[in-house]
Amino acid sequence: MPVSYENSKVIFQGIKDAGIRSISALPETWLGLLLQRAEDDPEVDLVQVAKEEEAIGIAAGAYFAGEPHLLLMQNHGLLAAINGIVSLAQLYSIPLCMLIALRGHWGEPYPWHTRGGIVTEEVLRALGIPFQYARDPNQVGRQIQEAYTFSQSSLSPVALLLTRDLMED
Amino acid sequence: MDRSECIEMMYPELEDRLVVTIMGAAAQELYDLGHRENFFYLQHAMGLASSIGLGLARHLPKESVVVLDGDGSVLMNLGTFATLARYRPANLVHIVFDNGSLLSTGGFESHTTAGITDLAAIARGAGIEHVADVGTVMEFGEAVVEAFERRALSVIVARVRAVGPDNYGMDMHLPENAFRFRRCIRDRKAAAASEAS
Repeated sequence: MPVSYENSKVIFQGIKDAGIRSISALPETWLGLLLQRAEDDPEVDLVQVAKEEEAIGIAAGAYFAGEPHLLLMQNHGLLAAINGIVSLAQLYSIPLCMLIALRGHWGEPYPWHTRGGIVTEEVLRALGIPFQYARDPNQVGRQIQEAYTFSQSSLSPVALLLTRDLMED
Repeated sequence: MDRSECIEMMYPELEDRLVVTIMGAAAQELYDLGHRENFFYLQHAMGLASSIGLGLARHLPKESVVVLDGDGSVLMNLGTFATLARYRPANLVHIVFDNGSLLSTGGFESHTTAGITDLAAIARGAGIEHVADVGTVMEFGEAVVEAFERRALSVIVARVRAVGPDNYGMDMHLPENAFRFRRCIRDRKAAAASEAS
């Protein structure tokens, strides 16, 4: 299934409407159109990392600098970033607003995504990271705004899981 | 040379810069010279000090950012050299103290021991233009002065002995360090803005 052009646009607008102009990311298929927009928008500062854990450090630096920041990654990237989330963000009470492509879930045709998809929610629960699902393009903008607000008030990582319903046409 | 000599020599130069250190000896040696509100000590999450430095440098172009890293930490995040090379923050100086040892966790030899792995070559290979590889305090001092004057991303690999302080401890909780560091940056931004107006 193709990645949704319209919904990628809606999500990007939601990020901007939340007042966020700084993004760190590791590209993946569902996030491709979104990242293309971020790259093309002169108002938005995008850093592509080599591995998702780096983005936790970059997000901490942006937070110290007083710059609203958002992390874009796949759920396997979340798994790769856990030590940074625990021993930097949570240990030092640094907020993270994470938009995570939930691969390997209902309808997943690719075997290689499935294990990561199956464990993602339980890992988030084990880490005490509040999360919501984003399914509806009419709600996702508000959800991004609320995720960001909650991360800042709780000084905690917060995750919005981008589902297949939203990301594919 | 010892890392503590290097840090002591550059300490006056750090007074007005944002400094991020790794855990253990490097953090303690800087703290023992006198904590400043513009110092942040990353006491865990090995490898991410330079990523924090990138986040700071990119969003605070008027600040000078210094990262005090180590071989054990940087080996856990070698991708950081590639990311730094790609975005080239001009206001970042990344110093890697290479003691060939995981000193803070029992002194096991790291991969850089006896020159098997050359961190300066890795940094160059990642695409970082200005990389110094130094082994004496004099060379270190020169490399630091050059890096600060250059106003371009600089990496300094400093080969030091595997020794650290006798006592560890800070009179500061970890989140407290984060809160104070952030507040310090906010105040510096406000001061710079009022000076400009």
